[in-house]
Amino acid sequence: MNELLKLLKTNARLTNAELAVLLGQDEKTVEKQIAELEKSGVIRGYSAIVDDALTEEETVTAFVEVKVTPRAQSGFDEIAEMISSYPEVESCFLMSGAYDLGITVSGTDLRDVSQFVAQRLAPIDGVLSTATYFVLKRYKANGILISDKETDDRGFVSP
Amino acid sequence: MIDYDKVVSKTAREMKPSGIRKFFDIAQTLEGVISLGVGEPDFHTPWKIRQAAIDNLEKGKTSYTSNSGLMELRKEVASYFQATIETGYDPASEIIITVGGSEAIDASIRALVEPGDEVLIVEPCFVCYTPLVELAGGVPVAIATKEENGFRLTADELKEKLTDKTKMLILPYPNNPTGAIMRKEDLDEIANVLRDTNVAVVSDEIYSELTYGAKHCSIAQCDGMKERTIVINGFSKGFAMTGWRLGFMAGPKEIITHILKIHQYAIMCSPTTSQFAAVEGLRKCRGEVLKMVEEYNMRRRYVVDGFNKLGLNCFTPEGAFYVFPSIKSTGLSSEEFCEKLLYSKKVAVVPGDAFGKSGEGYIRVSYAYSLGHLKEALGRIGEFLEEIR
Repeated sequence: MNELLKLLKTNARLTNAELAVLLGQDEKTVEKQIAELEKSGVIRGYSAIVDDALTEEETVTAFVEVKVTPRAQSGFDEIAEMISSYPEVESCFLMSGAYDLGITVSGTDLRDVSQFVAQRLAPIDGVLSTATYFVLKRYKANGILISDKETDDRGFVSP
Repeated sequence: MIDYDKVVSKTAREMKPSGIRKFFDIAQTLEGVISLGVGEPDFHTPWKIRQAAIDNLEKGKTSYTSNSGLMELRKEVASYFQATIETGYDPASEIIITVGGSEAIDASIRALVEPGDEVLIVEPCFVCYTPLVELAGGVPVAIATKEENGFRLTADELKEKLTDKTKMLILPYPNNPTGAIMRKEDLDEIANVLRDTNVAVVSDEIYSELTYGAKHCSIAQCDGMKERTIVINGFSKGFAMTGWRLGFMAGPKEIITHILKIHQYAIMCSPTTSQFAAVEGLRKCRGEVLKMVEEYNMRRRYVVDGFNKLGLNCFTPEGAFYVFPSIKSTGLSSEEFCEKLLYSKKVAVVPGDAFGKSGEGYIRVSYAYSLGHLKEALGRIGEFLEEIR
């Protein structure tokens, strides 16, 4: 993968100046590359990975397996795009295997998520069935460890 | 009462503890220390290597290997030398698998050095050469390299210290602590000085996988040098296998035969599980090594830039995972600088003089740390410099 993308994927808050030093390029070049990646849609956005357990806000997340009937013209796309348009849906994937769409849904509490699945998702025309699995604890998200700080077994000083 | 001065040998009593150790001890007593002092990779050993170790343990392959090491590993090492430094060695008679590079260094010195022999040691360098030479009764002779020469050894510096008593040159490149490397043309000049002598070269190439830009080159590749060179390498740094204690050495069989006797009596054989794991490492993990090198390279650029911006002039290293910035502009000695930095900002770095007198005026900083860690440490060093200026 492009070295610049690799760095941004692990830490999108690195400044252009820092990225330039890390990559051995000048700042202008980096700035231009990022602009191009954004314009062409390779980079779709930037977001923070938050440990919800440490914030004041209550959040509940669930994985939902969805079976759907593909539509004649658009296949799975139309229905997947429709599901994706709900703000409660954090991610949506077309899957191989026993079900069709794998989505993550978040809400303020169990009831909130359940209601979304029962009243908004399940009734969509073409949705055959849903199976909901609530997340109990997150350990890693988007390549970032959510657990306590990584420990360094090495001593302070060695030859 | 027992008089331990009469129990412990004079040589052992007079041996100085490593200057690195002292800082480790202080750092351990303080809370919240962040370190840039570690000389080992922060990466885990590649998974395939660990898996191979587990598989062989499960099969119960835990007996001694032959003294010089598993034949299949020696064969892999031979192909590795062929591929990397384009030098052929016979796995049956010219290669030994050792307990880290350290054992290979010790055994080479013990096999070659007689009491009174002079051993040329290129400084600044790793801390073990001088004590090991003294243990063998040899006389260590330091050759100080200079920053203006990129910390490379020059032919003139070598000639100046060469005498009738010179037995060996210890050539540690890529270098710990400076990060300097020797290019083929630099090595050729050294080779020209040594070619018609009986001086042997111990080339410690433990950091050979970790070069940035220029490919590693060994003095064994220079005309007429293979016959007098012992090449030492290992898995610790490049393959992130420090705790496995596994190194290897190659040289002319007329020398290796005698080193093997020392290895056989002192060690028997290197750890069997580590040897099986290393076979997998050489066969399948070069790609992972390259990934680590890319990561080190980014950090190297970041740290060099960081020190230069802080006003501590920093030589751009081309190998290993250390930078060696000059702290002369602060007016402090290396030792003072490191102690003050440790107590006031809780950042542990190693004073340059721990690596020989010529390291005075410098500090060794390891970048075998995550970017976030390096950023935090550089920030603290910046605050420290503001305060003392």
